[in-house]
Amino acid sequence: MSTPNTPSNLKDKATRDSFGEVIKELGKEFPKIVVLDADLSCSTKSILFAKAFPDRFFQMGIAEANMVGTAAGLSFTGYIPFCCSFGAFVAGRYETIRVSVGYSKANVKIVGTHSGLGIGEDGYTQMGLEDINVMRGLPGMIILNPSDDATTRAAVRFAATHEGPVYLRLTRQKLPALHQETDFQMGRGMVLVEGKELALVGTGSTVTECLKASQSLTQFNPWVVDIHTIKPIDKALIKTLARNCKLIVSAEDHNIVGGLGTAIAEVLAEEGWSGKLVRLGVQDTYGESGLADELYEKYGFSAGKITKKVMSLLG
Amino acid sequence: MLDTKIAQRLPADKLKEIAKRCRIDILEMLEKAASGHPGGSLSCIDLIVALFFHEMKLDPKEPLWENRDRFILSKGHGVPSLYAVLAYLDIIPRSELATLRRINSRIQGHPDRVMLPIVEASTGSLGQGLSIAQGIALGLKLQKKESRVFCLMGDGETQEGQVWEAALSAPKYKLNNLVVFIDNNNGQIDGHVTEVMDLRPLTDKWRAFRWAVQEIDGHDFNQIIGALEKARLETEKPTLIVAKTVKGKGVSFMENAIGWHGVTPNKEQLQQALIEINGGLKS
Repeated sequence: MSTPNTPSNLKDKATRDSFGEVIKELGKEFPKIVVLDADLSCSTKSILFAKAFPDRFFQMGIAEANMVGTAAGLSFTGYIPFCCSFGAFVAGRYETIRVSVGYSKANVKIVGTHSGLGIGEDGYTQMGLEDINVMRGLPGMIILNPSDDATTRAAVRFAATHEGPVYLRLTRQKLPALHQETDFQMGRGMVLVEGKELALVGTGSTVTECLKASQSLTQFNPWVVDIHTIKPIDKALIKTLARNCKLIVSAEDHNIVGGLGTAIAEVLAEEGWSGKLVRLGVQDTYGESGLADELYEKYGFSAGKITKKVMSLLG
Repeated sequence: MLDTKIAQRLPADKLKEIAKRCRIDILEMLEKAASGHPGGSLSCIDLIVALFFHEMKLDPKEPLWENRDRFILSKGHGVPSLYAVLAYLDIIPRSELATLRRINSRIQGHPDRVMLPIVEASTGSLGQGLSIAQGIALGLKLQKKESRVFCLMGDGETQEGQVWEAALSAPKYKLNNLVVFIDNNNGQIDGHVTEVMDLRPLTDKWRAFRWAVQEIDGHDFNQIIGALEKARLETEKPTLIVAKTVKGKGVSFMENAIGWHGVTPNKEQLQQALIEINGGLKS
């Protein structure tokens, strides 16, 4: 179990910023890393790598399918390509990812920033809200959705050293520090709080919401769990929760169809669990403009809304 | 016996002989498989034979030799042609051709680089091969390797938007180590390319995208060799060769017949086709 950091050392940082910093650091360590971007390098933060290693950065213009295919070709000559765009745009080039990366077992790392309602004002078209869903359908695709700076750093390092396709999902908005970098293990969820009969399970930006909600729900002794790896999902940890809990609440800044909640439901159903699972997240609708906080509230997965949901069921 | 680790540089008459043998293999494997694409395999076989037996640096004894030239068959449905060439080179056993499209075979209906790495790329979902070829060409340049990359697309395939994304980016990166053929047989599943979605003026489009463009008869080995020689001299631009071809080339009843895109010959039709190819009734 990893210990939540105390408020005094909280360091708010967008996971895209963490990515930009760590990919630049890894560029020194791994001469085979190359980075491609589709005219969003200032937003995905791949610009930091581009400035440090201009010969290993490829500006592909506003053409994501070609970027993904080119990355596959680069990987066939031994390079480790990271191709970057907003999650909505790059995951939208699904057919190219399906064949040129997935089926081809290409060693390509797809970086999708600006995940979820958390991007706020730009509205639905820029929000990665179905990216986890489509990526989950590809055999062999590892899906990482880290919740803070430390786990993002570890996730990028994992992606660089793992042979095979990885989808890395990042946020535009800042997130508080929750973990130590060394506690991250691909495919192993992280227990922030060990609890009793209630579990709050988040991924990426919603882990913080779950943690905040848990502080208003102390009477139920909730577990707080960070599932940063959506695929392969941590079956052992979910089974542990099933053995202990009567109610599991998942929260995700993503459509509940095909995301974290679905992945958990699959494990629970196959396990034959008798408890109740509540999937919070975008309830199979499109998103809209607004402030991130307002949207989390409206769509029902802010800390306050998580608390309210639990109270309505257990209170 | 073929030389290793160099381009074979076989002359046109020898290439013609090899292509004849490959056409027979293509038709026999398709008849046996009872599914597949004869028209587009026969239109591109001469181009692939010229690449493997004249132009490309390769080593049949060490197919994945790291300094080999690469060939990406972007029009993956033409793969019987590639399998026939690989069998001629003994890179795959000739006996394996009989397993085309059969369960547990590594010679899949469309190329699969995981099962059979020498095909270089898994293709068949049209429009993706050029981006992959470009990525390989970039990677080779980055490593300062001399190896070159050859890509073959169908003409109908270039209706895919991703092709034009790659058409834009390859000149930007000055990929003179990339040579692309368009198998311009003017046929696609639903009809003639000129009717389904006209690509004309095809060469003008690629010139406008800043490629070194040539147009040749894709069944004339002297013209194919000439075009490849010219491509070798490019110092900056990627090369695009529009090869005018005939769908079903070599078999009179298949030639230019759209119906033979995805229909295979029965035993009688195969015999008739082999007589034509062996007897040289069609040149």
